[in-house]
Amino acid sequence: MSLVLKLNGVEHTVDAEPGTPLLWVLRDELQMTGTKFGCGVASCGACTVHVDGFPMRSCITAAEDVAGAEITTIEAIGATKEGAAIQQAWEELDVVQCGYCQSGQIMSAVGLLTENPKPSVGDIHDYMDGNACRCATYQRIRAGIQRASEIMEG
Amino acid sequence: MTLNTSRRGFLKGAAAAGAVLVVGLKPNGALAAGGSTAQINPFVKIGADGRVIAIIKHFEKGQGPATGLSTLIAEEIGVTMDQIDYEFAPSNPELYANLAFGQIQGTGGSTAMANSFMQYRTAGAAARAVILDAAAQATGVDAGTLDIVDGMVTGAGTPMPLGDFVAAATELEAPAEPTLKTPDQWRLIGNPDIRRLDSKIKGDGTAMYAMDVYLPNQMIAMLARPPQQGGLVAGFDDSAAREVKGFIRAATLPNNAAVAVYAENTWAAMQAREALSVEWDLSNAETRDSTQIKAEIMAALDADAEYNVLKNDPAPMDQAAQVIEQTFYFPLLAHAAMEPLNCTIEANEDGGVTLHDGAQMPTGPHMAMAQIFDLPMDKVRINTMLAGGSFGRRATPTADYQVEAALAFVITDRTRPVKLVWSREDDMRGGYYRPAFGHKVRVGLSDTGDIVAWDHRIAGQSIMKGTAFEAFAVHDGVDHSSVEGTADTPYTIPGMHVGLTDTKKATSTLWWRSVGHTHTAHAMEVMMDMAARAAGRDPVEFRLAYLGDSTDAKRKAGVLKLAAEKGNWGNAPAGRTQGIAVHKSFGSFVAEVVEVSGTADTGIQIEKVTCAVDCGIAVNPDVIKAQIEGGVGYGLGHVMRDEITLTGGVVDQYNFPDYEPLRMRDIGAIETHIVASAEPPTGIGEPGTPPAAPALANAIAQTGTIVGVLPMINDGVEFA
Ligand code: FES
Ligand code: FES
Repeated sequence: MSLVLKLNGVEHTVDAEPGTPLLWVLRDELQMTGTKFGCGVASCGACTVHVDGFPMRSCITAAEDVAGAEITTIEAIGATKEGAAIQQAWEELDVVQCGYCQSGQIMSAVGLLTENPKPSVGDIHDYMDGNACRCATYQRIRAGIQRASEIMEG
Repeated sequence: MTLNTSRRGFLKGAAAAGAVLVVGLKPNGALAAGGSTAQINPFVKIGADGRVIAIIKHFEKGQGPATGLSTLIAEEIGVTMDQIDYEFAPSNPELYANLAFGQIQGTGGSTAMANSFMQYRTAGAAARAVILDAAAQATGVDAGTLDIVDGMVTGAGTPMPLGDFVAAATELEAPAEPTLKTPDQWRLIGNPDIRRLDSKIKGDGTAMYAMDVYLPNQMIAMLARPPQQGGLVAGFDDSAAREVKGFIRAATLPNNAAVAVYAENTWAAMQAREALSVEWDLSNAETRDSTQIKAEIMAALDADAEYNVLKNDPAPMDQAAQVIEQTFYFPLLAHAAMEPLNCTIEANEDGGVTLHDGAQMPTGPHMAMAQIFDLPMDKVRINTMLAGGSFGRRATPTADYQVEAALAFVITDRTRPVKLVWSREDDMRGGYYRPAFGHKVRVGLSDTGDIVAWDHRIAGQSIMKGTAFEAFAVHDGVDHSSVEGTADTPYTIPGMHVGLTDTKKATSTLWWRSVGHTHTAHAMEVMMDMAARAAGRDPVEFRLAYLGDSTDAKRKAGVLKLAAEKGNWGNAPAGRTQGIAVHKSFGSFVAEVVEVSGTADTGIQIEKVTCAVDCGIAVNPDVIKAQIEGGVGYGLGHVMRDEITLTGGVVDQYNFPDYEPLRMRDIGAIETHIVASAEPPTGIGEPGTPPAAPALANAIAQTGTIVGVLPMINDGVEFA
């Protein structure tokens, strides 16, 4: 079926079978490869994108369910204040190792700072709990979120 | 395996490995006609714009070799980290062998920096020498008075960009022994402010992993594999799969190991595979439960050992006034790297093939491709992509997933590239696990609390036997990777006997971040603590008594004391307990103090881990810290709650929900201290892992619970 997806402010018409997860439309149809496949069952967070500003796991989100919504991916998140701060902090602290989980980490972290610009450690743990990092970069992710919060304060 | 990083050793090693020596290489002709980038030597390209490109012979799975080897080149040439880029080397073991592996190009055993340190510095220095010679000819100033600083040639009036001399430099021969910079001249090596070169691309979605390869007209292939290892395809029915839009076809692989499902996209491949019905021949398949595998291992610990590794047999236990005994069980573990396994194969116009792969050991798949496609080696190309983790899984002696992809491609008409994709479930159930092991240790103490006997029994499945690595790793029947970290411990342990029994093959097994040290360090360091407690002595002081005058013992003592000091050993805040462990692996020494709150009953929370590491010269200190953090997390996450189990030969776990990864809240803080050293660099990707789990076990023991069976949740430990 034909769908119109609004991705990073641009409308794309795609052909996808009903029920196809947004993840695979992004990757296979549009070659927007920044959004990653890690588990396919909403337990790792690697596929996180924003739908109308809220983080969602694109591996279990049918593309037709978000047609018409504003979808933002890692490729464009740097255009937001929170996204720019997170990316700056990530580079300052060299958060990444293999990097494969980091698109999802960043999308979730931006979601957190958008809702809560000055999160406590407990807030960070609660919000980021669904984002796994097999390289265990967690303490730098935590520090990166705190640093980004400072950057946003200016 | 010893690794000689002296200069003479490098030259000899390079010659022995059949490598073209960087020094003296005259690269005429390497410069592509009209190209703007000159290949100075196998490891260095420089553009006319002065940008340097380091050719990285190791793949990048997060451990930082791309940054590390680029640092060496940049340092020797005299450019900043902003003036250097990197590329991954093609598969060519003559040029890019791992000098620790002989003729094989590959990454593993934490050798990336250790084997490259002299080679890449020499390559950088050789490049610098020809540029300065070219500049000397152009300016008439003696090369000895010229320098390269931040990419500018200085010493002949106004500084000139080094790019001005690149074309001329390619016509010159590098000196036989280029002068290396001395440590007092280093500005990049050892600089804690150097950032990773791959940070930005991994934070903005532009980094390209093998999973991100999308070639025009490619098909996705997913395999329906047997439910139990050893099963074979007896037939299949794809009528339901044909209903899936995007399904192309299904076909049995030539080795009958699986049915390949080809589709236009990944989702269709997943759906079609789900709809496929396969009949399996399970007559030679594994049918055991993991409880049987465990029982076999535990029984072997009580029978005579098959091999006496340290022939102090029997350990003189009769001299002991007191004997402490503990058995340990280490389960099967999956690597579960974040990027599921995958690779893409396409046909080339010259009749060859290209494999796009996060290739950890390119020589293996390279040879396998040549064989499967009946091609000469030079018609097979490997395009090494970034890898989303590995922990050892991407380097199998069988090149397992690359062979699957090749078999899935070879039976097509080869007009469409084939991308083989594993799901997380495929990965979790796909074998190549850290083998299950058992240890039984009895330590005899004198009436003064000194060790007089140490009887250490190990049983488990050999990783190396029956593989291409057997000749290299197995001696007199003993697979060194089963006992490393015990028999060769830097501790001087009186009356030590180590016995090993190989158990039957239960499932395919493989190295896993830190290999044998994953279990040997645990048993050694938990026993050291138990012995210290039984002797009524402080665990740090007790260990130091067995660390004598050898260089290794002193370095091990050094990190132990440093971790104890920085971790405030013996002065845990109220409500917390501490555990310590120290271990040597991959040439490096790491000690860790784990501080926990709670008890096994109420829930243990890991509050803080303080680490000390001595890995020789610290090339990128911040990368070293990151590797210790990651190694600690990898070790602790698994030991807390992960295992792979089998029921009737079928893997019980399917995905992350039942192989729960470490989460952010699990560890409060990790602090790493690096010992200043002038020794050659040694491993860092793995050595952080071995001491973490025993340090945690020792901290929990202080709360009154001794853990012998892993994961800890199986032995009565709750985590907060
Ligand atoms: S791929 Fe979506 S949560 Fe793991
Ligand atoms: S950086 Fe490798 S999985 Fe997170």
